[in-house]
Amino acid sequence: MSDTITFTIDGVEIQGRRGQTILEAADDAGVYIPRLCAFKDLSPYGACRVCTVMANGRPQAACTQPIAEGMVVENDTEQLKKVRRDIVEMLFVEGNHFCMFCEKSGNCELQAMAYRLGIAAPKYPYLNPKREVDASHPDILVDHNRCILCARCVRASKDLDGKNVFQFIGRGPHKKVGVNAEANLSDTNADVTDKALDVCPVGALLRKRVGYAVPVGKRLYDLEPIGSDIEAKRAGQEK
Amino acid sequence: MSETVEATVKQICQACGNDRTRMMDIVRAVQEKFGCVSDAAMDAIARTVSTHRVEVESVVSFYTFLSKKPKGQVVIRVCNDIIDRMHDVGRVAQAFSDALGIGFGETTKDGKISLEFTPCIGMCDQAPAAMVNDVVVTGLSSDSAWSIVRGLQEHMDPNKLVEHFGDGNNSHELVRAMVSNNIRKAGPVVLAPLAAGDALKKAVSMTPAEVIREVKTARLRGRGGAGFPTGMKWEFTRGAGGDKRYVVCNADEGEPGTFKDRVILTECPDLMFEGMTIAGHAIGGDTGIVYLRGEYAYLRPFLEHVLNERRAQGLLGKNVCGKQGFDFDIRIQMGAGAYVCGEETALLSSCEGLRGDPKNRPPFPAQKGYLGRPTTVNNVETFCCVARILEKGSGWFAELGSKGSPGTKLLSVSGDCKTPGVLEVPFGITLREVLKVCGAEDAIAVQVGGPSGVMVGPADYGRTICYDDLATGGSIMVFGPKRNHLKTVSIFLDFFIEEGCGYCTPCRVGNVLMKERVDRILDGKGEPADLDYLQQLAETVKLASRCGLGQTSPNCVLSTLKNFRSDYEALVKKPTDGMQPAFDIRAALGAAEAVVGRKSAHFGA
Ligand SMILES: Cc1cc2nc3c(=O)[nH]c(=O)nc-3n(C[C@H](O)[C@H](O)[C@H](O)COP(=O)(O)O)c2cc1C
Ligand code: SF4
Ligand code: FES
Ligand code: FES
Repeated sequence: MSDTITFTIDGVEIQGRRGQTILEAADDAGVYIPRLCAFKDLSPYGACRVCTVMANGRPQAACTQPIAEGMVVENDTEQLKKVRRDIVEMLFVEGNHFCMFCEKSGNCELQAMAYRLGIAAPKYPYLNPKREVDASHPDILVDHNRCILCARCVRASKDLDGKNVFQFIGRGPHKKVGVNAEANLSDTNADVTDKALDVCPVGALLRKRVGYAVPVGKRLYDLEPIGSDIEAKRAGQEK
Repeated sequence: MSETVEATVKQICQACGNDRTRMMDIVRAVQEKFGCVSDAAMDAIARTVSTHRVEVESVVSFYTFLSKKPKGQVVIRVCNDIIDRMHDVGRVAQAFSDALGIGFGETTKDGKISLEFTPCIGMCDQAPAAMVNDVVVTGLSSDSAWSIVRGLQEHMDPNKLVEHFGDGNNSHELVRAMVSNNIRKAGPVVLAPLAAGDALKKAVSMTPAEVIREVKTARLRGRGGAGFPTGMKWEFTRGAGGDKRYVVCNADEGEPGTFKDRVILTECPDLMFEGMTIAGHAIGGDTGIVYLRGEYAYLRPFLEHVLNERRAQGLLGKNVCGKQGFDFDIRIQMGAGAYVCGEETALLSSCEGLRGDPKNRPPFPAQKGYLGRPTTVNNVETFCCVARILEKGSGWFAELGSKGSPGTKLLSVSGDCKTPGVLEVPFGITLREVLKVCGAEDAIAVQVGGPSGVMVGPADYGRTICYDDLATGGSIMVFGPKRNHLKTVSIFLDFFIEEGCGYCTPCRVGNVLMKERVDRILDGKGEPADLDYLQQLAETVKLASRCGLGQTSPNCVLSTLKNFRSDYEALVKKPTDGMQPAFDIRAALGAAEAVVGRKSAHFGA
């Protein structure tokens, strides 16, 4: 059995390795599929659904769906761009996102995704939820207002830090990131050096006293849209 | 006090082998003992079974029947699903509230009785209904609500509330429920007698491959809703390798308006267990698990008794039916109030002691299911069909029903009809015939397949119940002339909002947004553009959601937009002044006006 798998994304032939997800194979080939909960060192999770593609005509999350020989994947279509805009807008109205004064602004994947997808203002009504801020820890801030429930921190704390500081509690609209203590992060063994703090796509999990360090114009997504690093690979390959 | 918590929790954990994957049993037992799973209890559980406290809280906070805050010694859960509302549950709820002197979601000052609402408890044919701890009370009125409360205040024993028992096994000494079966039409496959062991003996005389072939030849498809061919599922499970495989029976029956599995569990448990045992032989498994919804806990002692009888008869245990090397036993796993746990991968998560989150697919349960082992998950009724197919032969079975959908189907009919109840009908029956049997000829709409199904009007009553036309797991809800379909949709969406797991964005947020817009329209503040808005939103949720819940929750919106569009159109208004009808400028200015202490200049003093 050959380990190379050939399939197409938007008509372009791509070689991947057996066992890869559509997203992984696309990344290697320099094709960007938008995503928010997927993160390179973490196991696939499939929560945000921003990476939704059509695989052999059926909607699938690219971050969890394995590639198969001859698979026909649609990614950059009008239909899927609309679905992704809808989902990102849902995330914006679900929480309380005030990008203009947020520490993460310019480095925020949610904000960058909105720009890349051409969202100016959400068409959905803001849900204005009442959410908490946990500033109990001396070095770490948790602002649930900005959390998009991607589970990156949950996975990173468990799999990279070996700690289980975070886990979801509650169901449905009451779901939120809980900490391994009665209430406060300060009562857990969370530490400022934890990898879990590096993975939050938004400004929900922040190190204290290091905000606004990078001036506007030099932040991660100020000059190039999110996903450019992956697309640059393709440009390189084509040369 | 906390020492007793610690000690008791340790005992409970020990009884479950200090096994983390038995978390559901542990937290259910703790809840029952203390009326809550407190912070101290969660800490103790985590320490005893070597997990993290937040993992325990993650489970406890997922299930409606579990709580961190203390609940009363007795919890009254009033079903406020659509059918109960049609039967004026509001008055019953008010009576409970008045009699107890508390609101819903509250506990009496003495800590004795809590009052809550709960979604469908599978008693729509005898609504309004409620659970008093595990005891089901049906056909409620304001008077009976008052007398239930008076009775409880006197003796605090829910069992004493039941004075008359229902028909059939409802009056069995281990059930003693006031529930009625309401079987309106029996059929040859499920609601027919079986001598325990008859089908199983035939099955064990055949090879597993022959059993699977028999089920395939009968062209049996799953009765739980998705309609997957059962024989094929078993073949995948058997072929998946490994040395341990599981048979799981989905008795979660959470789809509002469905109660046919309740009747099977009450009247034909032998048929179901027999089907599960046959599945064990076919896939090469030695363990069966029945995932029983928390609402049906009142049936558990009876089901355990039937299992014991089967063990005594050699129909379970070692060398089943004398077949050397075929060991198979069945245990019951209780749920704790979560509709999404009926989804097969969420059900497996729950069995594994986790939150009831669905899993990513692939791998499918047939490849990697319960504890990572190949598992077949089938509906209660599917297992009954299997047993009958083995007893009577696939040819006999395939003769019944319609061409594409052989066999019979159990329907649960409720709502505005004279004789709500359970019917076993051949596939291919028209909706009109079903309505006639139940005395619902004046129905203006029928919800087929529960809230996740579709709403159809009289133009569609000639359509047939089968996999290729109107598919249903069994729920048929009838709406008479007085009903407002948009209100129904709004109530359905409430259900999906509260019952979704919250894992994926489209379902978690999209259902809330659909409800916001349906309610806006109901409120007379909608505009014509809202119909397109709803259509597009519903399509996104359907396409992008991660599991069947979100992939079907928009169906109520989409099917009413299609079949009852004029109901929407009658309520929306074209804006005439250039303002959005939903925008109330006076209200919006209110806060600013309050600050400056005068009315806005534009609107005069
Ligand atoms: C939200 C949701 C709830 C479900 N609830 C049930 C249920 O209560 N009972 C059931 O048998 N199947 C239910 N299903 C379908 C199961 O996922 C699964 O398809 C079924 O148990 C397979 O059995 P079958 O092939 O015998 O029908 C549900 C599916 C979803 C998406
Ligand atoms: S805190 Fe950040 S990383 Fe954790 S779930 Fe929320 S958005 Fe994701
Ligand atoms: S990136 Fe695939 S679902 Fe979030
Ligand atoms: S800018 Fe996105 S969370 Fe702050």
